[in-house]
Amino acid sequence: MTSLDLSTDRPARRHSLSLSIGLALVGLNVVVAILTLFWTPYDPLNASGGRLEAPSLLHWVGTDRLGRDYLTQIVIGARTALIVGTGAVAIGASIGVTLGILAAFATRLLDDVMAATLDILIAFPTLLLAMLVVAASDSASLWSAILALGLAISAIVARLTRILAKRVLRQDYIIASRTSGTSWLGVVVRHVLPNIWPTLSVNFALQFGLAVIAEASLSYLGLGAPPPNASWGRLLQEAQGTVYTAPVGAIAPGIALVALVIGMNLLADGLRDVGDPTRGRTR
Amino acid sequence: MLRPSDERNSTILAYILRRFAILILSLLIAAVVLFVLLRLLPGDPANALLSVGADQQQIEAAREQVGSNLPLWEQFLRFVGSLARFDLGTSFVSGKPVIEEIAARLTVTVPLALMGFALAVAIAVPLGILSAVKAHRWYGAAISTVSQLGIAIPVFWVGILLVTVFAVNLRLFPSGGYPRRGWQNEGQVLYALALPVLTIGLVMAASLIRYIRSATQDVLGSNYLRTARALGASFSQALIRHGIRNGAVPIVSILGIELATTLLGAVVVERVFALPGLGSMLLLAIEQRDYPNVQGVLFISTLLVLLIGFAADLFQRLIDPRLRERATGAAT
Repeated sequence: MTSLDLSTDRPARRHSLSLSIGLALVGLNVVVAILTLFWTPYDPLNASGGRLEAPSLLHWVGTDRLGRDYLTQIVIGARTALIVGTGAVAIGASIGVTLGILAAFATRLLDDVMAATLDILIAFPTLLLAMLVVAASDSASLWSAILALGLAISAIVARLTRILAKRVLRQDYIIASRTSGTSWLGVVVRHVLPNIWPTLSVNFALQFGLAVIAEASLSYLGLGAPPPNASWGRLLQEAQGTVYTAPVGAIAPGIALVALVIGMNLLADGLRDVGDPTRGRTR
Repeated sequence: MLRPSDERNSTILAYILRRFAILILSLLIAAVVLFVLLRLLPGDPANALLSVGADQQQIEAAREQVGSNLPLWEQFLRFVGSLARFDLGTSFVSGKPVIEEIAARLTVTVPLALMGFALAVAIAVPLGILSAVKAHRWYGAAISTVSQLGIAIPVFWVGILLVTVFAVNLRLFPSGGYPRRGWQNEGQVLYALALPVLTIGLVMAASLIRYIRSATQDVLGSNYLRTARALGASFSQALIRHGIRNGAVPIVSILGIELATTLLGAVVVERVFALPGLGSMLLLAIEQRDYPNVQGVLFISTLLVLLIGFAADLFQRLIDPRLRERATGAAT
């Protein structure tokens, strides 16, 4: 029967490489984010040079149109991104996995109702839900965005968990396990979670990236947390207007964002192999 | 006594009916969610009709007109009733029927989403299968790497970069805007949508490649494929006869979700390229606190998403040999 291991013919060495690069990228982001709590290259709120200066030894990525150091704003953006991604995935995973497992075990009617409700929640795309929450709360804050993104993620995670768990529960070894006296909770812990984890973890990483991207999009649309909360999305939106005179400004925050998201994805690729019960025995 | 094919048809019919009931139930839940969300928004919707310094009598009249003086349950019943008739009210700002504006906006958003989706599928299916089958070759690895890069890039940044390359440097396409006369001028519409479609297509293809690659790898490691090979089928025969059907099952539901997400994920792309679509209508309506427009856009988009999910589920049911077998077993 189909195992959920998706990487049967990849050389094992690549995974440890993924893990290392992922750890390095995410680790760099974490270190930089913590560093900004104590020290930044320049004052993020006040001008430290001329307007729209080109990159130089003093200002590695140049300055923005108010003469503020651009690198300072980007490193503060790293902190924002990390908070958003972690918070949203934590909320989404805890609600989503619980609901998904419950739905997989539920009676047919209850399962249908849960599936329909999840469809509704997914029908409100992440970004729209976040837009609504921001619109509903008069003052846009980082926390309302995180909560909205977390709720949106939880629906996606729940739906995926439900489908995956049902696939596992249909297997013969579940019957065998039940017959030998394992409780349903034991089945969930010993069989369902380890089997669905490889696919789930990939999804969590994707969702982390999507949450970071969604927050950036909100900021880009002008619905993000207001200044002085530096967000890569707002930086990019401001830089779009000056892309001809200061192209670095429209590139640097994007690279930082992409590096973090790719790092998370690579990290998950590596972690997937550690958490996969079929690996090691088959090869 | 039913012949096997009749039995199968009636099982599928029963499934369709059951799934349709779920669709209707979903729409009801959506109506509740929408109703609650909109009551959470600050301020009385009647305020939008009033000028500054309106007296008590004018306020009462406005509340009467909007219906916000009625008890909540009556407001809800009215709300559901009008949704069922596609009567979405009139915009506070423009005074025009909401459904008309939505219909006009859909002529931008739906083609944009569908063309982007088609482009993404056209890119992702061959590349996803190739990257799984040829994982050891350099191009297999290269496709995976590029798709990893692709899902990490925000769609608006892709838009900005494409504008920089194709509109500013190469001057091939406009950087934004939309012809006033819309689809009466097909050539210009397609010209205006070229970069937005490319933006959506590329970003979506990147995430689809991953799913298709995973599904293909799933198939490649399966016992039925090994059995088919042992029975003498060539690798490509086995893949085509058994692989595609089994591998497509999880992909169909992901395609449904992706298409639905694209439909409204277009909001950011519409902002980058200044397109008058559904997404920009919602953004504007939220800024202007134009509740009928907010509500109308959300209802129509939810309806579209639910219909897509409905279609994806039915299709998945029809093509999955295992689910079909189980359904027959349950019915007898």
